[in-house]
Order: sequence, then C-alpha cells, then structure tokens
Amino acid sequence: MSTFINPVEPFLRADRMPHIWCPGCGIGTTVNCFARALVESKLPLEKVAVVSGIGCTGRVAGYLHLDSFHTTHGRAIPFATGLKLANPNLHVVVYSGDGDLIAIGGNHFIHAARRNVDITVICVNNFTYGMTGGQVAPTTPVGATATTSPYGCFERPFNLPFLAESSGAVYVARWTAFHVRYIAHAMVEAFQKKGFSFIEILSPCPTLYQRRNKMGDGLDTMRFYKQHSVIKNGASTHEVDINLQSDIIVGKFVDIERPTLQQAMEQQLRQTLKDRYVGWGGA
Amino acid sequence: MAEAAPKARKFRGRVFIDWNRCKGCGFCIEFCPPKILVFSEEFNSHGYHPPYLAKEEACTGCDLCGLYCPDFAIFGVRVPVGVESAEIASTKA
Amino acid sequence: MLTGAHFLDGDCACSEGALAAGANFAAGYPITPSTEVVEHFAARIPTVGGVFLQMEDELASSIAIVGAAWGGAKVFTVTSGPGFSLMMEHLGYAAMTETPLVLVDVQRGGPSTGLPTLPGQADMMQARWGSHGDYEIIALCPNSPQECFNLTIDAFNLAEEYRTPVLVMMDECVGHMTEKVMIPLAEEIKIYPRRYTSLPPSEYLPYRPGPDGIPEMAKAGDGYRAEVTGLTHDEHGYPAMNWQAQHKLVSRLVGKIRGNADRITRWEEKGLEDAEVAVVAYGITSRVAERAMQMARAEGLAVGLLRPVVVWPFPEKRIRELAARVHAFVVVEMNYGQMVYEVERCAGGRARTLLLGHGGGTVHEPEEILKAIREAAA
Repeated sequence: MSTFINPVEPFLRADRMPHIWCPGCGIGTTVNCFARALVESKLPLEKVAVVSGIGCTGRVAGYLHLDSFHTTHGRAIPFATGLKLANPNLHVVVYSGDGDLIAIGGNHFIHAARRNVDITVICVNNFTYGMTGGQVAPTTPVGATATTSPYGCFERPFNLPFLAESSGAVYVARWTAFHVRYIAHAMVEAFQKKGFSFIEILSPCPTLYQRRNKMGDGLDTMRFYKQHSVIKNGASTHEVDINLQSDIIVGKFVDIERPTLQQAMEQQLRQTLKDRYVGWGGA
Repeated sequence: MAEAAPKARKFRGRVFIDWNRCKGCGFCIEFCPPKILVFSEEFNSHGYHPPYLAKEEACTGCDLCGLYCPDFAIFGVRVPVGVESAEIASTKA
Repeated sequence: MLTGAHFLDGDCACSEGALAAGANFAAGYPITPSTEVVEHFAARIPTVGGVFLQMEDELASSIAIVGAAWGGAKVFTVTSGPGFSLMMEHLGYAAMTETPLVLVDVQRGGPSTGLPTLPGQADMMQARWGSHGDYEIIALCPNSPQECFNLTIDAFNLAEEYRTPVLVMMDECVGHMTEKVMIPLAEEIKIYPRRYTSLPPSEYLPYRPGPDGIPEMAKAGDGYRAEVTGLTHDEHGYPAMNWQAQHKLVSRLVGKIRGNADRITRWEEKGLEDAEVAVVAYGITSRVAERAMQMARAEGLAVGLLRPVVVWPFPEKRIRELAARVHAFVVVEMNYGQMVYEVERCAGGRARTLLLGHGGGTVHEPEEILKAIREAAA
C-alpha cells in the first residue's frame, strides 16, 4: 500500500486553499512549475523567501508554504533587495505580475537589474491589471481593449526581455503558461544563477483580458500559445516585441555573468578600505 | 520516460483527482499526451465538470496533467505494475 | 562605538546614535537637510559591519529597510519633507506588519519643495496622521545634537519593544548645528533586543499577541515560513477580509501604543510649579522659548516651559493637569498651527491656548515669544 501526494502539495499552505484565481488562469500553472523547480534545484526550503507585490500574481506568496512577504504595490523588488542584503544566505524570489513589477514597480525593476541584485524575478504577464478589473497595463498590446482604454490601447507596450536585458539582467527568459517544462527548467537555472534573473511567463486572464478582447477562455489561450509561440533561444531581445499580429517569440535570451551587487560592493569596499573593512555576512 | 516493450510494462500510470478543487478549465484534458482524460458528466460542489481517466491502461503517469493544473486538482504518478492499490495522501480542499 | 567627547552636528550625532543602537542596515535617498545622516553612516558602516545602500528613491528606501528587518537587520532611513510624504505608504505598511524600524525626518520649510536648507516644524501632524488608515505612531523630538544621539537610540529601543516604526522628528537647525556630543561606553548603552520567538515553527503564529498585546517576531531563513502581508490578517498572518478580523487586528495595533501612552510619552518641564503661563515648544524652538522664559521670569512673570520630548503619543495627561491651574498655554512652533491643536484639545477650554507660529525658514526671536507671553499673562 503506497500513499501519493500531489507534488505541489508540500509547497502550499493547505489551509489557504482553494485559491482565488479564476478558472483557466495560468498563475496556478506557474506555481506547479515553481514547485517542481524547487524540488529539482534542491534548494533548502527554509532559506527560500518569496516576495510578492499586489495583484493576482501577488497572491502567490500567500499560498506558498515558505517565508512569504506580501508587500506594497510595485515594491516587491526593493523589499527583496533589503531582505537579500540583510541575509545573503536566503534565496529570494520575487513573484509578481506585469502591472506591479513594470508599471508602478518599473523604476525599482530597472535599478535592481542595473545593480544585479541576486534575486530571481518571476513576472507573470497577463497584459492587464487583473485584480482590479482589467485595466490597461504597460504590456497591453496596441489595439487591445481594457477598462481604462475602452476604445483600444494606443500606447506602445514594453518589451520586457528587452527592458530587462538593457537594464542589466544576467538571465532573461520568456515562456508562456503552455511551456510548463521549459518554465520549470528556466526557474531552476534562474535559482542557480548568481545575479538578477528575469523570467517572463505569459498567462491567460480569461475573465478580463481574454474575454474583453474576444480571445476565448483560458484553454483557447493556451492553445493559442501552443500554436503561435516560436522558440528562439538566444534571440536578440529587441526583436521579441509582442503584438496582436505576430507569433510570440519565447526562449532563453540572455545568460551572462556579471558580479552581483553584493560581490561588487564587497570588492569595492575591500579594495578601498583594505583591512579597515569589516565584511558583512548577514544580520 | 522509460518504457519496456508494450506487452511487458514495468510501470503504469494513475491519476488522482481532487474532485472539488477542479474548476473545469480543461488544461489537463487538452494536454494529456495519450488524450485519455475526459470531462465527466457529473459536476462537483462548485458546478464544474472535473475530468476522469477514460482509459486507465493508457496512462503513463507522466504528470503533465498535474503540471498544467492551475487548481492543483489533479496529478499523475508512475506506479510499479503489481502495486494493487494506492491512496491519495490528503488534499481535501 | 566612538566613545568620548565629540563636536558633532545633529545629523552626524543621529547617525552615531543609530550605530550605537546597533543599526546594521540603512537605505536612503539624498535630501537636504538630512543627507549627512546617511553620508556619515555610509562612511562608518563598512568599518563596523553592515550595509548602506542608496536606493533609487524614497519609496524604495522605505521598503528596503522593511525587507532588511525581516532578514534580521536593525534598520533605519532618513529623509525630509518631500521624501517623508513618499515614505508614508511604507510607514503604514511597517505599522500594519509590526516591523521595527526607525525613520528620521529632518524637517525643513514646506510645503512641497519649500526651503530645503532652512528649518521648519510643519511635518508634526503628518508624523501622526500621514499614512492612510488607523494606526498609532511613536515620534521623538530632539532639541540638540546630544539629543539627536540619545533619542535615536531610544527610538530603536521603542521600535523593538513595541514592534512598530518609530519616528525621530528633527529639524534643519538641530540637524546642522554643531555642539558637544558625549558618546558613552558601549556597555553603558541600554539596547532593547528584538523580541524573537523561542517557540518552534510548529507552534509559532506570527501575529498572535503576547500578554502585552505584542506578537513575538521571527525572521526569514529560520524555518518559520511566516506570512507577512499588508492586508488585514489573522494570527497566522493570512489575509482575512472581514470586519471581525479588522476590528481585532486594528484595535490591537492602535491599542499597543495608546494603552502604553503613559509609559512611552516623555517631556521636560522648567518652572511650571508656580506658572500662570505655560509655554509649550519642541525641537529647536524649545531652546529659544527657554531663553524667552528666562527673560519673562526676570520681568516677574510666572512662566514655565513644557517641552515634549516624545511628541507622539502626546503628553495629554500633563497638559490636562496644567490646564486646571495655568491661565494660558503659549504654543510656539515653526508652522501655522499643528501641535497647538493637541494642546488646545487637552486643555479642554479650561485654559486659553495661544499660538505663536510662523512659516519656518528661521527660528523665532526670544523677544517675539516674550511678547506673546506678556499678552498671555495679561
């Protein structure tokens, strides 16, 4: 007689289930990938901290049975920076949505990438502000409808991998919620990578973005991702814009080495202060 | 996935479904490689139609259903042939 | 620890106070007249062990310190008016998550960009009410570089004792004036340790209050897997979106300071035993007011001075007591009326409350305070 447990179960706060995500939302799918990646990478779980912002994806922290921090809108990354600097032994993962990380959090995103803070940033991009009812986001494609852009979005959206790379991220990948195995693998690579790792995961928002733009439901969107994604590892990030007409380019785009914030800080201080420098191993 | 010749399989697959967690999104049904998951006629306490395994002997236990499921309502396991019964450990929502 | 006698300005003394209290993480953003606090810390901290990071803005600074606190560090940040406004959301977040931290506001002329290089005292009400929602705050108000040192240490201790953010409300004058500052031996400085739990993770609840209404703390990486959220939450830290959880949590957050107000608040008095007029002043203004009080006494007026040192919670009881026997309060502040409302409220109409305020940019003259005292005494 054997007993079997859902592989994701040990990572969930069972008393917080069921979660609030809609039927066909892809966030839960990414959480499965995250659980698998944690198992494969063999990270000590007491040392993994998840930091989320506000929004649907921001709820991930609350559902995971790890040190989890549900912070203010847009500020998960600087919170994570402080957390990681205070305890460099932690594996800090920022898990949040496109609106949170890139709009209100945009400034913090580019600076953390510039500094190469040693964190993994998982950005679930559903092209909208889901939690608040489907407003336009800096990732919404031109022409798509949203509640605050009811006649169609007219702003050019960010190309997130390009933004991440130009800001200095050392690992940049994009996948869709269809690419479950690739996502898990990317997360393993990102966990092991020293420096600012960024993974964009396209996900359906069936209730809002998909429905308003007559794109079907979650399953239709997953089928769309399967049909219209092209894997181009190593593609140049400035060519991976997303729009409503072309295929989606996915893959691992950037994987380089650069000193992390901690390493650069220590090196500089040691060089200048010599034996007056008192190193910092954590609080 | 390692597989012996079709007639002498060492492993078979089983899925476990948390009936009331399912929200009927259809991901598992769509992405099951042998396409053996089907929406059931009955519905759960929330009004959704969870899947069921229509062709047990074709299940390889690949757990793609589990990996896709956004509601953590299904997972697949590879069980050595000859293990007669297996029980789901917990997970009543 | 730089034990000994020093000639320091208030900003540097504040920074030394943080170091003496054991601060090992600061994040900040340059803003006159507070910048020297973090400049001094940035120079000192790599030689004693710790981190300073200049963040991209005050929003990042104020949340980076919260993150660092949950990583186990003792944290603070520093700013002035415009940055103080930006930090308000995270002040509320720290109050809600019960994160100990110190936030120093070196006040300058406002509103908006105002007078960056000149003093003001117009953030006092913002210190109390600046963030949205119900919460209580502790705020201390030094009037000398020595107090900048001492009260910063007190601020850290109060933050740990009550698991709450604590403000140090300096002003540009006190921050930029240079005076003798005595730094004692490290052993002589009382440090209130962080109230970490000794329970095992299976028994620990991050927001279950102890008998004094304050929960024990944990930090990331020790296996507690705590949830910290700014949403209204239950004792597990799980979001609880209902009025019962709201009442239970917020009443406790407010109560842990209000209920201990008598122990937390602090003031200094001079000459109030027989006073008919009580001057109320804080920060740099209190030093001018003291001069005016001496001049008034020399004229035979029965005047005393009450100087709130812990401004929030406000020393309500003492004001009420005094209101019963003084004729008038003269509240002197570098603003158009902020703490005067507290005095007036507590006086309850039993004594007149007069305001001698102005827009800041300079301190009051002793003569103008004396004039106001004479009018109050008449």
